[in-house]
Amino acid sequence: MKLSPVAERRIIFTVLLFAVALPLVFPIGWTTEISEYTRIAYRLIEETDENKVVIISFDYDPSTMTELQPMAEAMIEHAFKKNQRVIATALWPMGVQMAEQAFDKVCSHYPDKERGVDYTNLGYKVGGMVTIQAMGRSLSDVYPVDNQNTPYEEIPMLQNVRRLRDIAWISSLSSGVPGLKEWMMVARDSYQVPVTGGCTAISAPGFFPYVNEQRQLHGLLGGLKAASEYESLIGRLGSATTKMDAQSIAHLLILIFIAIGNIKAWHGKKGRQQ
Amino acid sequence: MIQIMHVFGIWLAAFFTLSIFSFLYKDNPFYKFAEQVFVGLSAAYWLVYIIYSIMVPNLFAKLIDDFSGNIVLLIPATLGLMMLMRLHPKTQWLSRYPISIMIGTTAGISMLRYMKSDILEQVTATMINPFSANTVSGVLGNLLLIIGTITGVYFFYFSKKVEGIYKVPSKIGIWFLMVSFGATFGYTVMARISLLIGRLEFLLSDWLHIIK
Repeated sequence: MKLSPVAERRIIFTVLLFAVALPLVFPIGWTTEISEYTRIAYRLIEETDENKVVIISFDYDPSTMTELQPMAEAMIEHAFKKNQRVIATALWPMGVQMAEQAFDKVCSHYPDKERGVDYTNLGYKVGGMVTIQAMGRSLSDVYPVDNQNTPYEEIPMLQNVRRLRDIAWISSLSSGVPGLKEWMMVARDSYQVPVTGGCTAISAPGFFPYVNEQRQLHGLLGGLKAASEYESLIGRLGSATTKMDAQSIAHLLILIFIAIGNIKAWHGKKGRQQ
Repeated sequence: MIQIMHVFGIWLAAFFTLSIFSFLYKDNPFYKFAEQVFVGLSAAYWLVYIIYSIMVPNLFAKLIDDFSGNIVLLIPATLGLMMLMRLHPKTQWLSRYPISIMIGTTAGISMLRYMKSDILEQVTATMINPFSANTVSGVLGNLLLIIGTITGVYFFYFSKKVEGIYKVPSKIGIWFLMVSFGATFGYTVMARISLLIGRLEFLLSDWLHIIK
């Protein structure tokens, strides 16, 4: 039976749809091996002292939240477990809402955490690299108020935080420009603040060279797999872990399709030769 | 009322998600409608967001509150207006000034940063003692890093014809490049499948309530 290329494509799409949907409905519970990149990021947060103030920058919007939101929730939870205080910033406008959603979800498990004391959301600022540079000089000049219009000086957790050098570590969850690279170039390379972060799987290979001997990046979470690795490191059964079954099945299926495609091409070539 | 709007919003999102997915079968009016609504909404959202989140607090509010104290803000405001002159053919030339200032400033700021982060730090990170690692896999990884970097860069050296002994590092370099392209492809597949998982999770959870 010979199928047209259009029919073949539709079959592939349908099979892929079921391959992704079924594990979401009936989870398998496969575990993933934890990469060194994730462990380095984990160790940075784990080894930071209590009461230190840290920044998590939400440099993405809802289009990539499937990959980046689990990372944000896991990192906030890890920081809360270590009693670190979290400042949320955003170099992307929708990052502000992403931060609020992440705080709401994590705070439902940590009712003792208080806005202004344990965490704050300073909101969005335009400018990318220039904004980060200005934060290196004075945070209160860049963010005179938080996203609820509370003046910087009246936020208790920020009393001793004047500039980027007062921050213990920075994590940028980034799906493009401005994002992780800008934080690394300014905060780490100019102000020597440890920078870690997460990015979408598609941009991960471009960031891996920065996790090097020079510690330009302290580890990296690349895509959904790394998010699930981080969740397992902090002992959290989060959304990334449940989605990894679907991801794994889909990858297996694509490998099978690649094999079938190659066998078909080989047969076609052989037929033409004969 | 809030509950009704919430349910309506979920149904609307489900309708647009399915409309976009319908393109996988073939091009159709539902897909076209969803695509055009998305483009229109995005443009309108950004316009309103820029006005209320950037222009009003950073320019208009400051000028209204204290005009003489913020008179310097008239410079970026004028440059912004000059940029809009591009829309009119006779005044188009005026937009070249803000564009040149923007390009010049960006190049000036970025040049030093990229030089430090992408050249100096990266070169330093490659100049390592491969045998300094504690484990065999660490030593092997360091050796691969050094060989891969040198041969990969050598592949792009076009000033000499690649033949004889010069062909060897070039061939090794292309293997490293192919492996990295393969890894990039794998990550791209993961990113695309993640997007599909995100939408299916929304449909199965928020819309159909099949999963919790």
